[in-house]
Amino acid sequence: MSVETMLFWLFAILTCGGAVSVAVSQNVVRMAFSLVLCLGSTAVMFLLLGADFVGATQLMVYVGGTVVLLVFGVMLTATGPFTKIKSSGADAILSGLIGVIFLFIISTTVTAVDWGDISQKVAIGTHQKTAARGFNPEQQGNTTRPLGLSFLSVRADRDLNLSRNVPSVEKPVEDAPKLSSGYLLPFEIVSIHLLVVLVGASYLARAKRRVATNQ
Amino acid sequence: MEAVGPNPFLFVSAVLFVCGVVCMTTKRNGIGVLMGVELVLNGASLNFVTFSKFTPLGLDGQVFSLFVIVLAAAEAAVALAIALNFYNNHLTIDVDRGDELHG
Amino acid sequence: MDTLLAANSLAEFLQTQTIPICGCPIDATTAMVLAAIMHVALVGAWFGLPAGLFIWAERKISGRIQDRLGPTRTGGRFGWLQSLADGAKLIQKEDLVPADADGLMFRLAPYIVVVASFAAYMVLPFSDGWSALGLDVGLFLTFAILSLEVLGVILAGYSSGSKWALFGAIRESAQMVSYEIPMAICALCPIITAGTLNLTEVGQLQSGGFWNWNILHPFNFFAFFVYFTCATASCKRAPFDLAEAESELVAGFLTEYSGMRWSFFFLAEYASMFLVSGLATVLFLGGWDDGFGILSVVKANAGSFVGNALGLVIFMKKASLLVCVQIWVRWTLPRLRIDQVMTTCLKYLIPISCVLFAGTVAYPLILVKVSGNTSILGGPSGDRVVQPHQPMSQADTVPNKPTQMTAATAERSGR
Repeated sequence: MSVETMLFWLFAILTCGGAVSVAVSQNVVRMAFSLVLCLGSTAVMFLLLGADFVGATQLMVYVGGTVVLLVFGVMLTATGPFTKIKSSGADAILSGLIGVIFLFIISTTVTAVDWGDISQKVAIGTHQKTAARGFNPEQQGNTTRPLGLSFLSVRADRDLNLSRNVPSVEKPVEDAPKLSSGYLLPFEIVSIHLLVVLVGASYLARAKRRVATNQ
Repeated sequence: MEAVGPNPFLFVSAVLFVCGVVCMTTKRNGIGVLMGVELVLNGASLNFVTFSKFTPLGLDGQVFSLFVIVLAAAEAAVALAIALNFYNNHLTIDVDRGDELHG
Repeated sequence: MDTLLAANSLAEFLQTQTIPICGCPIDATTAMVLAAIMHVALVGAWFGLPAGLFIWAERKISGRIQDRLGPTRTGGRFGWLQSLADGAKLIQKEDLVPADADGLMFRLAPYIVVVASFAAYMVLPFSDGWSALGLDVGLFLTFAILSLEVLGVILAGYSSGSKWALFGAIRESAQMVSYEIPMAICALCPIITAGTLNLTEVGQLQSGGFWNWNILHPFNFFAFFVYFTCATASCKRAPFDLAEAESELVAGFLTEYSGMRWSFFFLAEYASMFLVSGLATVLFLGGWDDGFGILSVVKANAGSFVGNALGLVIFMKKASLLVCVQIWVRWTLPRLRIDQVMTTCLKYLIPISCVLFAGTVAYPLILVKVSGNTSILGGPSGDRVVQPHQPMSQADTVPNKPTQMTAATAERSGR
């Protein structure tokens, strides 16, 4: 068993344990802590998958930002210290049962598919180029630069001409590589969206307080 | 020394998803429901990254999971503002009490 | 599955060795685990040692600043055993959990803070290539991990079941979250100049002489001071130590803590003080570079290991000097009020850092228009000098065989 496998199982157990304890726990602050555990372990899973930038973003935005926001929400809406709003037992049993059945369905579906075969079918026409190497060893998740380029609408890792123009010994590539377009427009839309959310959220939270003082 | 294939990762993300759904349906605390949404989104983005590693999806999966993370942060901000408004109107965060339009 | 495990180069080295007694070779998993343990031990030692050293330095320096002697009695001449005595006292203290507290959360909170500031050391390069993890997202990951510290503070304050602790935690978390923004923007300025987030590469770009250091870049010069201010604030240090404003809040979120758990918070504080100083050193002050090219001469004559060890000493000196500046500031300036702290951040530091960021982006473009060069002195600033990682099996383990080395290099370049 390699170190990666051990690490994977360790963090898989942490992720699932955190998720289950979010679903089971009744205390909101404990739920928030379990959520931190779960999201942090998910970030490590991203790192294990070689997605270093996504993992770091997960830690920074989710764990360091969103969960802090949630905890603040818990504090601002608590009527007393450590309040618990109990959900009814029948609800919990019913939804737990449905959840287990749902999990069974998903996992049987996932294991029924041969991902390697599908990858080979999809792989026709795509070509992965290795990213520019930095100091770190190859495949240590060198995703920062390609991701940044793709947000600037340049996909250095994918050649669209390759599907028409399969390189071989007899017939080398004739056309220049045609880089696929990236994600500039979604990126801009998301930035505008974030600005709108910023204004909207602060407006929502602010207007309410003014009404409260008037009363 | 066998490497971990896509299936264990997909299973973990399925667990995240199901826990999130269960959390959304059972919790009566509004913030708890929000945490369930976060779990579901996380399961989805774990799926995306898994496929970006094990299939020729490549960078696209990572880009999508980045968008998921950022939009989840935005969603949490707005939902929290709504939750605060709810609290100011009802003096509780119990979502079962928000049944005024129920008729 | 290739992963982002720590200690790759060490593991590669270990795989070339054999176990001394039985003589059997070390397989990949064992080598990786051994290397990881060695790195953890090294970084862990660096987590604990300087905390004691800096606490002693803090007492001595504050004593001198306030015209006292500081500790003199414990441990011989300079009172150097004072922090050890403090530690012994703290271990003996009873570990109390208040009746109103949420026990589990209360016990866990210090560990979150410690883990956050400990884990951030992963990507800090102590010398050329001497980092546990040479990631391309180095700086980003550091800030991400540092941002987890807030959670520990909030949990500590909330789970204590005390009003003082809750007030302290709310203030502290608001302050830490706000100061993260200008700190990150200012840390991005040298990143823009270097063109990489990899801290080792940022350090390499500044080597060769003090004129290559980022602090001599006109915008990075100001960014350094803004960064250092924000770093001081995010470490909860005076004049921004609102959390433990004794006169108003008893001890902030630490009010209910005692014994070892209390000291964990302080270990974490000193560790993150050193961490942000180390980051400042790598980003602005040339990292392990001595400033006059002595290091390259040493490396050429005595081998790269000796050179790197010298670089480690230089790096430590620079970072410790910055920590001493933080101590100096703490005992010189009065504490700000909480509204003043937030005003400083939101109304002054964030706009200033945004202007500096825009300036850093525009500066090379303007320079190219005016002089046709990306920097005034024509140094390597702004040009990437990529040195790819070479696995041990390919690189030469015996440096004094020039023929083999050239053959290996030719083979590598031919591939």
